[in-house]
Amino acid sequence: MDFDLMITSFPKLLGATVVTLKLLSASLFFGLFLGLFFAILRLNKNIFINKFAYGYSYIFRGTPLLVQIFIIYFGLGQIEYLRTTFLWVILKEPYWCAIIAFTLNTGAYTSEILRSAFQTIRPGIIEAGKSLGISNKIIFYKIQIPIAIRQSLPAYGNEIILMMKGTSLASTVTLMDLTGVAKYIISTTFKPIEVFIVAGGIYLFMTFIIHNVIKYLEKKYSFQQ
Amino acid sequence: MELLAFGKTGWGDELFYATLMTVAVSITAMLVGFFFALIFTPLKLSKYKTLNLLGNFYTTVIRGVPELLVIYLFFFGGSGAIMYVASIFGYYEYIEINAFITGSMAIGIISGAYSTEVFRGAIQSIDKGQFEAAKVLGINKFGQFYKIILPQMLRLAIPNLSNVWQITLKDTSLISVTGLVEIMRQSYIAAGSTRDPLFFYSFAAVLYLLLTYVSMKLINKLEVRYSKGY
Repeated sequence: MDFDLMITSFPKLLGATVVTLKLLSASLFFGLFLGLFFAILRLNKNIFINKFAYGYSYIFRGTPLLVQIFIIYFGLGQIEYLRTTFLWVILKEPYWCAIIAFTLNTGAYTSEILRSAFQTIRPGIIEAGKSLGISNKIIFYKIQIPIAIRQSLPAYGNEIILMMKGTSLASTVTLMDLTGVAKYIISTTFKPIEVFIVAGGIYLFMTFIIHNVIKYLEKKYSFQQ
Repeated sequence: MELLAFGKTGWGDELFYATLMTVAVSITAMLVGFFFALIFTPLKLSKYKTLNLLGNFYTTVIRGVPELLVIYLFFFGGSGAIMYVASIFGYYEYIEINAFITGSMAIGIISGAYSTEVFRGAIQSIDKGQFEAAKVLGINKFGQFYKIILPQMLRLAIPNLSNVWQITLKDTSLISVTGLVEIMRQSYIAAGSTRDPLFFYSFAAVLYLLLTYVSMKLINKLEVRYSKGY
């Protein structure tokens, strides 16, 4: 055990954690909206809109995240037309490519979580709202969405943790996130176990915090108060 | 389309073998995972606190740390660990482990943590009366597990194991960083030499979709078979 290495690499890894957290929060933020959008499309009665939303979630859940990042980072740059548009400003940055890939990925999983949450809402609740003369729009925003959020909290907590682990793939497109820096230190010092303990410890600490925040929220928004 | 031709002119046969490699790694990793689950599920269900702790440590650490980090640990640390063990027995030459073994061990340990949780959940949801009834009938420990608990557990575990299989299958794409030529690595090579990454990575995505689709169909059949009588 090389404790000196563990101590000296800790600040470097902590600095890289900031990149990981930035990637995570940005992709979760955009992913939540995307997920909500596609969940609403899934509940649409029009079969084409429905199938389109299903196809989106099927494709992004059925392929590895690594493929998705590579298609966006290496693949899209190949299209000549894209290079001329303003999109190229975003797509040439590995940072934004990673965020786009993570957003699309977490959006697919989130849409499934929210869809099942919407579907488990008892019809009686919606009928009660209707019989009180509340408009459909208000029922959706004030009744269905809050219940769905409560229902989907445990599953969404898992998704946050999965996404946090997913951000490690950003290191494959030259971003120096926590895993990227850990790999760099391992390949220069050849001390994998020490670095793994420190980097893994940071990841576990983040998992622990996310887990407990979700647990707290679940308790706060539970039906029995 | 000529890019996908079989033989020397295209990448068809290379990608076909790469797909077989992905399937082989996934199955090996899944089996390694079952082996780990076989060890750690009893630990998690044990009466003793220390054994519980050990089981929980395994599943928490592996499920809380990115897969890529675990793979790097095995990739950079694997041969070092083997050489250390060998040096105890007086063997000091350099040992290099095959990328297939490193990869399937790393993915296997990850898959094992998920399988452990699935088996634990399935065993815990079996009615207590079943265990007691088996005991009362004087069936020995092995028979209790093999004839009574296992068949009921499998029915409950198969849907969740199918999720573990999907996760394992997708995780194998990460082994490409160690240089094992599976779908992802082969696409990387092809994309590099033809300068057509969009096509090859999209094709890789199609291959993965095909694998997940086919395995879903097969698992659904299995599910029907094990829920007979319900």
